[in-house]
Amino acid sequence: MPSLLTLCGISKRFDNGLEAIRRLDVAVEAGEFVSLVGPSGCGKSTALRIVAGLTAPSAGTVAFAPSRPEIGFVFQEPALMPWAGALANVRLPLDLKRVARSEAEARAERALHRAGLKGFEKSFPRELSGGMKMRVSIARALAAQPKLLLMDEPFAALDEPTRQGLNDDLVALAREDAITVLFVTHSVFESAYLSTRVVVMTPRPGSVAAEIALSPPANRDVSWRMSEGFLEGARRVSSSLQSAMERAA
Amino acid sequence: MTKAARYLLPLALGVAVLALWEYLVRLYQVPVFLLPAPSAIWSALVGNFASLLQSLGTTLAVTWIAYLIALAAGIGLAVVFSQSRIAELALYPYAVILQVTPVLAIAPLILIWTGYEHVERAAVIIALIVAFFPILSNATLGLRSVDPALSDLFRLYGTSRFQRLWRLQLPGALPNILAGAKISAGLALIGAVVAEFVAGSGAATGLAWRITEAGNRLEIAKMFAALALLALAGIVNFYALAFVEWLALHRWHESALARQS
Repeated sequence: MPSLLTLCGISKRFDNGLEAIRRLDVAVEAGEFVSLVGPSGCGKSTALRIVAGLTAPSAGTVAFAPSRPEIGFVFQEPALMPWAGALANVRLPLDLKRVARSEAEARAERALHRAGLKGFEKSFPRELSGGMKMRVSIARALAAQPKLLLMDEPFAALDEPTRQGLNDDLVALAREDAITVLFVTHSVFESAYLSTRVVVMTPRPGSVAAEIALSPPANRDVSWRMSEGFLEGARRVSSSLQSAMERAA
Repeated sequence: MTKAARYLLPLALGVAVLALWEYLVRLYQVPVFLLPAPSAIWSALVGNFASLLQSLGTTLAVTWIAYLIALAAGIGLAVVFSQSRIAELALYPYAVILQVTPVLAIAPLILIWTGYEHVERAAVIIALIVAFFPILSNATLGLRSVDPALSDLFRLYGTSRFQRLWRLQLPGALPNILAGAKISAGLALIGAVVAEFVAGSGAATGLAWRITEAGNRLEIAKMFAALALLALAGIVNFYALAFVEWLALHRWHESALARQS
């Protein structure tokens, strides 16, 4: 059976001549939580944008099976509309898809509550903390009921406790909705904590250096963070990353 | 600094200056055709109140009509620019030419075209020319300054051009549009006054005409009274727009954020 998402021989050279990605091959099965880990500038974000159709590859193909699924995207910044309240921000994808107002309202409200922001429906982005803004951003992606969720270093700017809370909630939400996640991060620990599989990328131009399958418990929480399995995974990702860097140097 | 002080301080200064003015004029017996005392200006204002008020109405009507057209045209053209790079490349230089050519130099030409029996038409056109550009350039800047991540999000959901304009570009441009609108409100009034000065005669009945007329008759106190009304009109326009800006932005925009320190 073909994979939900298949990147085949993807290369990307920007107009300024910079080669970001060279022959990247990645396949993602339905239900997986796959992280792309690599040094900064290795083209992980570009790869994500190519999957979303926001950037065209210079070569290679992006294939979906059975067809292009509903895709959600969470950016590095929360990217909220500053002039709209939290609920209106979450409702945006539904409004853009012309979902009826009352249904859109109900779905957005549910997504916001599931993201842990009950009572903040009318709050404007500037009244929310960094972590809460990111929760609104995740709720917005979930409201459109994506099958594939693309996340580009969403928690990089957050403090560690906030990031851990969001990590736990993200895994639970993705599992409840059976969402496949492709997650870009530069944090070895975050990738080892979240993922069922980690794709380690080489320095620019990025391609696959190693793939590491992990077997985390369905529910990630503090006991997983303390476990030998998690630390072992982090070690494997870390050493793959290290040797990818050394080979390039 | 208390809130009361913010209003009382400029008020106290104003009263003090007026009092000193009155005192010095009386002390040195300055001729009334050179510098009338505030009391003389006040009685000129009261004595000519009906005609001055009517003139103020004429000037304000010209100002506001020109201003509303400038708003509609400026925002409309900025929207066209944001949708079509070709239109922007073709038209923008001409908007700049219109802006940089001194309006005093264009005014006589426009008066000839509209005819001296329709000075108010010329005044509307001149005020429009002056008020138009700040709105156009600010709105253009605002419509173009879209958060790139939000822009990507709209693309991801396959948004139509209209949705993008209506839900993303226009709300995002609102602070810029309002900033332009505030500048243009003052300029529209200046444009209306300039047009009447250039006309100098004919069917003009606005405040600028009253000033010219009073000047010719050496009724300097009446000149001051008309001038004071003009300044008042400008101040009211400015604060009315500042209030609109506050209404539209105070919940979300940084510019309207109360300082916490």
